Order: sequence, then C-alpha cells, then structure tokens
Amino acid sequence: MTCSSELELSRRGLLAAGAATAAMTQVSVADAQGVSPSKPPPAMHVSFTVNGKRRELTLDTRTTLLDALREHLQLTGSKKGCDHGQCGACTVIVDGTRINSCLTLAVMHEGAKITTIEGLGTPERLHPMQAAFIKHDGYQCGYCTPGQICSAVAVLGEIAAGIPSHVTASLTGKPGVTNDEIRERMSGNICRCGAYSNILEAMTEVAGTRA
Amino acid sequence: MKPFTYERATTPAEAAAAVVRQPGSRFIAGGTNLLDLMKLEIETPAHLIDVNGLKLDTIEPTPDGGLRIGALVSNTNLAADQGVRRDYGVLSRAIVAGASGQLRNKATTAGNLLQRTRCPYFYDTNQACNKRRPGSGCAAIGGYSRQLAIIGTSDACIATYPGDMAVAMRLLDATVETVQPNGAARTIPIADFHKLWGKTPHIETALTNGELITAVTLPRPLGGTHVYHKVRDRASYAYALVSVAAVIQRDGTGRVAIGGIAPKPWRVEAADHAMPQGAKAVASRLLAGAKPTHDNAFKVPLVERTLAAVLAETRAA
Ligand SMILES: Cc1cc2nc3c(=O)[nH]c(=O)nc-3n(C[C@H](O)[C@H](O)[C@H](O)COP(=O)(O)OP(=O)(O)OC[C@H]3O[C@@H](n4cnc5c(N)ncnc54)[C@H](O)[C@@H]3O)c2cc1C
Ligand code: SF4
Repeated sequence: MTCSSELELSRRGLLAAGAATAAMTQVSVADAQGVSPSKPPPAMHVSFTVNGKRRELTLDTRTTLLDALREHLQLTGSKKGCDHGQCGACTVIVDGTRINSCLTLAVMHEGAKITTIEGLGTPERLHPMQAAFIKHDGYQCGYCTPGQICSAVAVLGEIAAGIPSHVTASLTGKPGVTNDEIRERMSGNICRCGAYSNILEAMTEVAGTRA
Repeated sequence: MKPFTYERATTPAEAAAAVVRQPGSRFIAGGTNLLDLMKLEIETPAHLIDVNGLKLDTIEPTPDGGLRIGALVSNTNLAADQGVRRDYGVLSRAIVAGASGQLRNKATTAGNLLQRTRCPYFYDTNQACNKRRPGSGCAAIGGYSRQLAIIGTSDACIATYPGDMAVAMRLLDATVETVQPNGAARTIPIADFHKLWGKTPHIETALTNGELITAVTLPRPLGGTHVYHKVRDRASYAYALVSVAAVIQRDGTGRVAIGGIAPKPWRVEAADHAMPQGAKAVASRLLAGAKPTHDNAFKVPLVERTLAAVLAETRAA
C-alpha cells in the first residue's frame, strides 16, 4: 500500500512538474507569437441560421465552420475526415451552395443560411436523397455519408442550373444527368468503403432519370 | 493554428490599408488555400482581413470588348458565366478541370491566382524548404520530385505553380488589376504576375505587401477553338502533371500555355509561332533549356504528346 501511495505521490509530483513545464512552454510560445499568456485567444461573436434555427455563438476566431457545427452546436452529422478539403466528409450547404466546412472559418459566415445533414431530413421524414441512399446501399461504414448526401443534393441542383463540369461535352449546351456527370461532380467526396456505384444509383433515381 | 484577430473590410482601399496598419496581416477570400496552410502553421498571420464583403464579385464587359472579372468571383460562377463559356472557353475548361465542386464554390479569382505550390516538402514542416523557410535548403532537390518543375527552376527551388485557371489566363494575356495600400491602382500583365523566383523562392508574385487584387481583365476574344487538356494521376480531383491550354485557329495558327511544369504558367511566344509545324516543333521551343530531374524527366515527352493530342483533337473538331 505504502508503495503504491508513494508511487501515486511521485506520479502526481511528476504530473505537476509536467504541467508546469507545459505551462512554461506555453508562455514562451505565446510570447513568441505576441499573444499575452494571460489573454485568451481572440474571440468573436457570430450569428447564422443552421437548419432553419438562428444561432448565436462567441468563438475563438480559429474555429472552422465544421468545428462550430460539431463542437459548439452538437450537430455531429457533418464529419471531420481529413480537415484539409480533400475528402468531402464535412460538406454542408451554405446559402444554396455546397462547401467544405473544414476550410472556412465560422466567423466568415455572419448571416449565412447553413444546411447540414440534420436539416435535410430526419429519421421520421427522410429527404428523398437519404431514402435513396438507404434503398441503394449507398454506404458501408457511413462516415462519409452525410457529406456525400449534402453533395449529392447540391450536385443535382448544379446540373439543373446548367453549371458546366469537366466532362460536359459542350460549354454552350446544358449538362445532363448522366453517369459521367455525376461521377465527375462527386469526385470531391471520397468513400473509403467504395460505395460509389450505389451512390450513383441513388442519385440517378432521385434525379428521375435512368442514365 | 496560431491565434489571430479578424476583421471584415468594406472597401478595397480600406482592406489594403489595413494590411499595412497591422503587421502580419493577410487577406482571406475563399480561405481554401490559406486556411489549409494555417492549419499546418506554414502560414501564420496574426490578423486576417476578410475581403468577401468588397462587392468585387461581378463580371462585366470592358469598353474595348473584353471582360472584367471581379477578384471575388467564385471559380464556379466564372466557369459558368455565359460570356466566358462562349468567348473564353479555355478559361471555363481550365477552372472545371481543377479541385472539386465544393472547392470551386468557395475559391475566388484572386485566391486561385495566389494559391501556393503543392511541393510535398513545402507541406512537410520537418523538411528543409527555401520557400517556407528562406535559407533552409531544398529537400526536393535529390528527393522525390515527380510532380515538380522541369523548367524555370533554380538551385534554390524546383517547385511548380500548381493551378489550372492561371494557365488559361496566361494564354489569354489577362491583366491583373490591383490597389495598393496608399490607394493607388495599378495593372500587372499576367506574364509578369507570377515570378521566376531564382534565389528567392519565397517571393512568388509581383504583388507588394498589402496590395489587393481587385479584378482580372481579359482582352477581346480570340475566336478559334479553345482546349484545356489536363494530364493527371487520376481522372478527376488531382493536380496536373502536365496541362495544355490552347486556342487554335482554322489556319493552324494559335497559341499555347502549359501548366504543371514550371514555377509559373509557361508560355513562350516563339513556340506559338511554330504551331502550324506541329507538336514537336512547339514542344522543343517551349522546353528549350529544360532541366528535369530523374523523377520528372517523363514530363518532357509528356508535354509533346499532350500537345499532339490537343492538335489532333482540334483538327477533328
Ligand atoms: C484538395 C484540394 C485540391 C485542389 N485541386 C486544385 C486543382 O486541381 N487545380 C487548381 O488550380 N487548384 C486546386 N486547388 C486549389 C484551389 O484552387 C485554391 O485553394 C483556391 O483557388 C484558392 O482560392 P481562395 O479564394 O480560397 O483563396 P484563399 O485561401 O482565401 O487565399 C489564397 C491567398 O490569396 C490571398 N488573397 C486572396 N484574395 C486576395 C485579393 N483579392 N488580393 C490579394 N490577395 C488575396 C490570400 O491572402 C492568400 O494568401 C485545390 C485545393 C484543395 C484544397
Ligand atoms: S522545391 Fe521549393 S517548395 Fe519544394 S522543398 Fe524545395 S524550396 Fe521548398
């Protein structure tokens, strides 16, 4: 017993010493950055609408939109995959267009209207794209799925709006809902399980075309 | 990420002046390159000036028949603009060949021009990199250099300018319009905008501290057939190994600019004059003096072959 409490004590001492060193390191790092250690990092107020609800937050300016949604608003549907805009798991719809929420700051979205997977539909009232993903097995592990679905909904809108893609044959014509168009436009959403062909089927069904 | 303060600018002059007022300031537009680099602490601004509210997001005809593209026009909106699609197809094609739909929705005209290299050693803060830390050396020289430049390089740096949009803008002889912190406006021909950096690879463009891009202007349309052909490791969502932007007229004359091979969009006017003689003649003029590495020597024949494919494509069209 003595032994273990001694161990306990010395471990605590060690931890405390560790914390002190960490604190000192922090001071010197903070000094080097010109940020006073007693001052918290700069924070700002921002308000935007998420899934129809007005939200007010005061955030460290460094907070990405993704972290604001997940960590501050507990909307954990949007996922953090790579955190560098490469995988698409964080895709949300802002003012009608899909973006990577990991590569934008929350404070840059004052007044914006944000839709996440939680706002597209609910388990009781699924969005048609959510229902189609279930029907066609458009996922395995499901991690990329919220981003895939937000992207998928926006992609059909982009095609309908006539926005060209890399595979659009004629720049002066209108793009169609073809397999090639959907594949190209969904290339910013990576699926580690490789559910791509089922995602394609789900989107094709929602678009109302058998391409 | 290092802590920073943030403000929204409301006029171009105010934005430019704010950079000089606060040392260590940077503009932020789409944020898709800057925030990526800030997360890795490759960029460490102490203050961000958000330029999204500057109302520089319109595309308008110029009095001499060209087009003026606001600095904040998104890549998606620029590529989708009817006038651009009709008269400057190579620009639409180059934009939609880059990044992903989500990124293009955020990326802006100015931010895209200013995107930084994708050299893997520039991204790895444990490695020597003269561009990231001047004077520290270059880990890419003698390292893994498959994606890097074959021409216009120096002993200090062999990185490429990675973007697609700027290759089309170089082809079209665009002009970059700016406003300086003292409020003075100036124009920079795109040919002089991206620098061959020589011994100072951390200096990448002609912009001075606090200089804000307000617009990019395109001269009158060239007519002809517009092509952007991008060769990459996968069919979508990858940077170019080699890309060819070309405008080719019915009589076989035309012009060409190459991406993925140099520190800037690569265009050699003497090579344009050789267009009627075919891909070999053009490629040899474009690549005169090329210094590929063992890893990226494949780009030399790849330029010629991609050019040949483009010429064949336009003949067929
Ligand atoms: C995963 C991934 C893949 C990509 N693939 C490609 C690709 O294949 N091809 C391609 O071309 N690009 C690609 N990109 C890069 C993308 O195109 C750029 O990130 C984007 O264009 C940058 O624009 P932005 O508005 O987001 O710039 P920001 O990140 O906001 O800014 C970039 C730089 O420009 C400065 N700046 C912004 N606006 C102004 C202004 N008005 N005046 C002066 N300075 C200004 C900023 O201070 C910063 O230094 C890719 C990016 C990612 C993350
Ligand atoms: S090639 Fe340029 S960017 Fe890459 S490591 Fe060398 S100096 Fe840095």
